[in-house]
Amino acid sequence: MRTRQNIFQEIDWVMVATFLVMIIFGWMSIYAATFDEAHRDFFDMSQNHGKQAMWMGFAIIIATAILLLDHRFFETFGYIIYGFAMLLLVAVLFLGSEIKGAQSWFVIGSFSFQPSEIAKYGTALALSKYLSDNALKFDKLQTKIVSFAIILAPAVLITLQPDVGSTLVFAALTIVLYRQGLSPLFFNLGFAAIVLFVLALYLKQVNIEVSENWIIQGSTFFLIGLSLIALLVYINLRKKRGSAFVIGSTYAALVGYYFSVDYVFDNLLKLHHQNRINELLGIVSDPLGAGYNVHQSMIAIGSGGFSGKGFLQGTQTKFHFVPEQSTDFIFCTVGEEWGFLGSFILVSLFVFLMGRIIWVAEKQRSDFTRLYGYSLASILFIHFFINIGMTIGLAPVIGIPLPFFSYGGSSLWSFTILLFTFIKLDSERKFVLR
Amino acid sequence: MNNLVYRKITVIGAFVIVGLVFIARLFYIQVLDESYVSSADNQALRYVTKYPARGIIYDRNHEILVLNQAAYDLMIVPRQVGKIDTEAFCVLLDITKAEFIKNYESAKNYSQYRSSIFKKQMTADEYSRVAERLYQYPGFYGQKRSLRIYPDSIAAHVLGYIGEVNQANLDNDTFYRSGDFIGISGLEKQYEKELRGGRGREVLMVDVHNTVQGQFENGRFDIEAKAGQNLTSTIDIQMQKYGEQLMVNKKGSIVAIEPRTGEVLALVSSPSYDPNLLVGVKRAKNYKLLAENDSLDPLFNRALMAKYPPGSIFKIVQSLIGLDLGVINENTGIICNKALVGCHNHPSASNLREAIQMSCNPYYHQVFKRIINQGKSKNYFEDSAIGLAIWNNKVRAFGLGERLGLDLPSLKSGGVPDVAFYDRIYGTRRWAFSTIYSLSIGQGELEVVPLQMANLTAIIANRGYYITPHLIKGLTGTVDSNFIWDRHDSGIDSAFYTPIVDAMNWVVEKPGGTARKARIDGIKVCGKTGTAENPHGKDHSVFIAFAPMNDPKIAIAVYVENSGFGGDWAAPIASLIIERYLTGKISDSLKEERILNADLISQENED
Repeated sequence: MRTRQNIFQEIDWVMVATFLVMIIFGWMSIYAATFDEAHRDFFDMSQNHGKQAMWMGFAIIIATAILLLDHRFFETFGYIIYGFAMLLLVAVLFLGSEIKGAQSWFVIGSFSFQPSEIAKYGTALALSKYLSDNALKFDKLQTKIVSFAIILAPAVLITLQPDVGSTLVFAALTIVLYRQGLSPLFFNLGFAAIVLFVLALYLKQVNIEVSENWIIQGSTFFLIGLSLIALLVYINLRKKRGSAFVIGSTYAALVGYYFSVDYVFDNLLKLHHQNRINELLGIVSDPLGAGYNVHQSMIAIGSGGFSGKGFLQGTQTKFHFVPEQSTDFIFCTVGEEWGFLGSFILVSLFVFLMGRIIWVAEKQRSDFTRLYGYSLASILFIHFFINIGMTIGLAPVIGIPLPFFSYGGSSLWSFTILLFTFIKLDSERKFVLR
Repeated sequence: MNNLVYRKITVIGAFVIVGLVFIARLFYIQVLDESYVSSADNQALRYVTKYPARGIIYDRNHEILVLNQAAYDLMIVPRQVGKIDTEAFCVLLDITKAEFIKNYESAKNYSQYRSSIFKKQMTADEYSRVAERLYQYPGFYGQKRSLRIYPDSIAAHVLGYIGEVNQANLDNDTFYRSGDFIGISGLEKQYEKELRGGRGREVLMVDVHNTVQGQFENGRFDIEAKAGQNLTSTIDIQMQKYGEQLMVNKKGSIVAIEPRTGEVLALVSSPSYDPNLLVGVKRAKNYKLLAENDSLDPLFNRALMAKYPPGSIFKIVQSLIGLDLGVINENTGIICNKALVGCHNHPSASNLREAIQMSCNPYYHQVFKRIINQGKSKNYFEDSAIGLAIWNNKVRAFGLGERLGLDLPSLKSGGVPDVAFYDRIYGTRRWAFSTIYSLSIGQGELEVVPLQMANLTAIIANRGYYITPHLIKGLTGTVDSNFIWDRHDSGIDSAFYTPIVDAMNWVVEKPGGTARKARIDGIKVCGKTGTAENPHGKDHSVFIAFAPMNDPKIAIAVYVENSGFGGDWAAPIASLIIERYLTGKISDSLKEERILNADLISQENED
């Protein structure tokens, strides 16, 4: 083994710099979002921006501490952290505090944190550790089942809180499985299911009145269309054995799925979820009710124009038209005050950071580090996708923070830990034996 | 395994695609679609109209006739109205729930986002009570307005009133916005452009709770309201007030003019009303009461609009035209022949002065005959027509039959008949002097308004000219500027006025003069009584006068309806006003008391 150099020489400073730019940009946005003349002081601890500054200080200490840890710590304690997180997730259902309708917080004095943050980290470590076992073959069904179980266990517990946003984060970890060989069919089916779901919701609105007693419902078009396709496929494949059975059962499954959408939508989803989905799809428009957040958020972002209104000049965010403007809707402040240019830079920063993580992950000799990199990128991606998507009306409103930007200590620290664990692991790549 | 490495491309590709979709979407809503900018402004910016203070009107001695008092409109932005305690709000505003709903709905129908008036013109007291609690009611805010206030409650007909613009105003003049005030009558209407000033605007930032957060961009887009210009009137508050007091319980009017300048010192129409009644929200209700429920028609400005025959006073005009045409001279004597036209008992006039002093009807029958039939045509009818045309021109030069150009709207011109007028009635050459002779003594088809009589008096006082009578001297402010008014000549040599002025002095001062009641110790008053025939009842008492005789400071016409002979009521009223104006006191308090106590309206009703 070669002599250990100063670890700071091996660090990927590009990622560190990106991290610093993001948290500073984020802090400025929080300062602007909560700005008022009476509290100009950057470090006013009664204000969000003051507290965030303090948390940023801690975040840097945590980052440094992680860099100084032995790199084997993460792989060694992967399952333990995962197990500990699961315990917390169970405990929070009984002992936690309910904030905004979700039983997802532990409140200890003035400090509160969500065990789901630890669960993300634990799951990323555990999944990476499990899949990096050289003896394992991902082709085996058992491997797949265990992998899914590692992801599903925390997801189910979090759904019980319920916290849809955090649940979705775990869904993103399937990207890691995809890299390990999970068939694209899995994603295609998922995508098809979403398309069919949306189609069903749209067609539900269609009622063509031909005459007084004859109203053609949207589902009629679906059935006619699907039957035609089935017929064409059958004509082409009828010489193959068993094709009639396959086509018939697929047809039945699709029809069954189609008609279950109504039931799922109306009975399994909460009213506010139904409203948010309807709003997103443009089926209903209620800018004062369910659509208020998105409506206000789009006004704030849209009014920023090309170059923005200028730092501290945003009226929509500063005057509380946009809800949650320093947490989930922090992007509105960026959009309003920095305009398209600022938004472009922010989106680019994220895409760049996620891309770099994947690129760096692929350079690793250690499978654990590579898999962990994919986990990290997946988690960042789902936050980025949902958070920005909802503020510009492309994704449903789901309470989920924008990494490194949103106000909040536990979110900032958890992303710092996630990112710097990867930076640490990567800094050791030359010393890892295959 | 190896081909799995290429899946990193798919993953990175997915990240990039999502990033690009986001950027495209952001480009669309931030750069291409402008509607978000206006939505943002609508929500976060409140455009508050700053209404200008309307110009103040002063009297000739810089005392205030009309000024402004603060009032507040309660504005509503329906979109911003949150969940409020409607019942408490109704109690606070002193309105019913039905009114609340009605006002709310109508505001909502106008616009969800733009502000409209919820409750109009609350007094400063009312509003301060509401303002304290307004923070509980997002979507509502107060807007300062100004209402007129008349400290002396006088000169309603002169000053007029203001009200909110109507659709016609909005259509005709783009200056106005809904909710603006505009002068509707009187000086308020005449000098609207000077008085109204210019609206300003303030752009404020409000938060989601409708609380003002300060000026938008430090007031860069604010526009200061431009106060209206102040005007100085020619009215003398003291005289106006005194005139209105003297006319209490009498129908009629008083017009007093400073002859040298044409400045109207007082313009009284009785019965009048308190101008404060037609201010603010109570205007509509009170206007209805005044217009419909008052048989005396206090809104009618008799001084400018009531047409009466001039009566005997017209003999002065006939004398001057006769002298000018040379058909008489100051020594012309004519026998009082009651066969021509009725007359009272008096010795025949041996000269013009006596004729005026005694107001001899047959004398003027003959003078008018000489004016009309000068023998310019052999045809009697033709000759009359030629004569009438000449006469008509001369009469018009005295401002009779003409709108006098006074700076008030709804001024009537009266009527002086011309050839075409009689041709229409009788047919061409179907009429002659014998048809129209009642004009000779100011009766018949002649019609004048009191202002014209006062103006005629000013012409005599000036010995031959008048300045367009007016109520506003000019603008008052840091720099005063006076308006220029035209001088009009009567076209009659000033020397001819001497016998007229002498005779008018006799009317007041000589024993047997018809206006002895107008005499004032120490002041030479010149006057002439008249009786305007009234086919509907008792005749109207008329008196004109000017004083002092050789340096006239005031020319006045007084009309008292249904009070009979001019000397009885109109003459003493005129003399009281003259004396008080010239000396500042009243020497004959009995005379004053008699007038102040007289109730000619109830008396008329009893008759």
